[in-house]
Amino acid sequence: MHALRRIRSWGPGLLLVSPSLLALGVFVYYFLGWNIRVSFTSWLGQRPTYDWVGFRNYRELFANERFQIDVRNLAVFTLVFIGGSLLLGFFMALLLEKGVRFEGFFRSVYLFPMAISFIATGIIWRWLLNNGSGASTAGLNKLFANLGLGFLRSDWHKTDSAWAIAAIAIPAGWALSGYVMALFLAGMRSVPDELREAARVDGANEPRVFWFVVRPMLLPVFMSAVVILAHISMKTFDLFYAIDQGNLRIDTPALYMWFTSFGPGFYRRGAAIATLLLFSVALVIVPYIWYSIRSERRR
Amino acid sequence: MSTRVETPAPAPEASAATEVVLRRPRSKWAPYITTGRYIALFALACFFLMPVWALLLTALKDPAEVSVVRMWELPRSFSLETFRIVWPELKEGFVNSMLLAIPASLISSMLGAMNGFVLSKWRFPGADVVFPLILFGMFIPYQAILIPMYQVMKSTGLVGGLDGLILVHVIYGLPITTLIFRSYFTGISDELIEASKVDGAGMLRTFFFVALPVAPPAFAVSMIWQFTSSWNDFLFGVLLTSREYWPITVALNNIAGGQTIPFNQSMASALLASVPTLLVYVLLGRFFMRGLMAGALKG
Repeated sequence: MHALRRIRSWGPGLLLVSPSLLALGVFVYYFLGWNIRVSFTSWLGQRPTYDWVGFRNYRELFANERFQIDVRNLAVFTLVFIGGSLLLGFFMALLLEKGVRFEGFFRSVYLFPMAISFIATGIIWRWLLNNGSGASTAGLNKLFANLGLGFLRSDWHKTDSAWAIAAIAIPAGWALSGYVMALFLAGMRSVPDELREAARVDGANEPRVFWFVVRPMLLPVFMSAVVILAHISMKTFDLFYAIDQGNLRIDTPALYMWFTSFGPGFYRRGAAIATLLLFSVALVIVPYIWYSIRSERRR
Repeated sequence: MSTRVETPAPAPEASAATEVVLRRPRSKWAPYITTGRYIALFALACFFLMPVWALLLTALKDPAEVSVVRMWELPRSFSLETFRIVWPELKEGFVNSMLLAIPASLISSMLGAMNGFVLSKWRFPGADVVFPLILFGMFIPYQAILIPMYQVMKSTGLVGGLDGLILVHVIYGLPITTLIFRSYFTGISDELIEASKVDGAGMLRTFFFVALPVAPPAFAVSMIWQFTSSWNDFLFGVLLTSREYWPITVALNNIAGGQTIPFNQSMASALLASVPTLLVYVLLGRFFMRGLMAGALKG
């Protein structure tokens, strides 16, 4: 009787969420498992094949030259994109922190690219990152020339250097450093004024107040910004696609997965790439979720 | 670090005001620092607005006057001709995206409200395990579900039209909408719920007559987030729709993404495709911000 009454108290709740849980169970966990399964098959072409070839697709992938380039590209991009967005976002938060005139205006301007799709962002920046030279100089290069900064001219993502993909960190940073700023700004402003005041009374000047009082409290914000940016950098597809689709200098595993699966039908290889992406993302995201939930419970 | 959405940051005006009272004598460098701060703020605003500037300059020029190398020159004539040319091409995608984003955000938010309510106020055993599992769905690289999802959608006949795309957006939107509502309902007092229970109301009654009436702010956050992400999505749209059902991002990429399209048309299309989300951002920026913070699992 007692157990029945307990079930009657929480049963309806479970019933209400069960459609969502079922949908997510299928579309997230079942599909993830299915994709992993595909990565162990020899599926090629439009007809699914569910045989078992062990780790062959992964071995082939690691020996695959394009995949090696992709991994290196992703590493370069992630490094420049995360580093740049963190620095810029932090700097902007620092500028705004004390409260300036027109703060709302500046904040909105820094953050508005978040509202624009990566496709539109890519299309705009593709023209700005034009690599024409001489009389056909255009885009950012032209702007540099107009401002007397012609020496900054670059071939951007079309250069032969292994750093070509770093050019895409400019539009990516343009899109997301405002987000980093918002995170840092919220973090800085959640530091109680009494703490800062106490440090000031103890004779600390403003830089020292920042270093010894505010900075330590920003560590969690810093970590979330890194995690968010890292997972975006690993899975982003449309920004690269819109800027220069098919340019191997800015190819990443996320793009290779798409091109190899949904064109020539190398589903086995696409699934293997996707599985590796999943585990890389899970590596940063799972501890992050665990940490967030735990600190919520502690409160 | 928290998963709460509703903790307001301390008002900047208030902290600025207390600082004026408490600040010790200013150093002689203070005026320079302030000037430097505004110069930096202004320079950054220029960086973020520069693409918009190029966009507007180009799109508003007479098409005859347009050339990539003269991107930064002020127009000698004003003309809306470019918009008139590209709009018919984009109109269909625009309508499709509306037909897609509005139901996707409505349904996803409604389900999210139910889940959030149950997970915070009508908990069942295991709710603490279920919630992080739901959250994980928000961060997965979609490449890792793409192949199975495509297979399932194909075999259920949901590839081609908007139905399948709406379904997918609803389901993959559930983690964030659940998070938003769970955080919001966690913030409302348990007494309110208890009082309703004492009055003999069941779960559905409590949800519809006690919880929902106080939830409009959470609805705003969730709807805006979902609207923006389904409007801006490209990956699902390009995989699941056929030409006449292309959402705006796919249409935009196919129209403005080619190398042959005139530069001004490319820019004008990107601008038109971003108008709805930019409008939402400008008019409802406050709620947009809260969604961003929730997306980082932060208050």
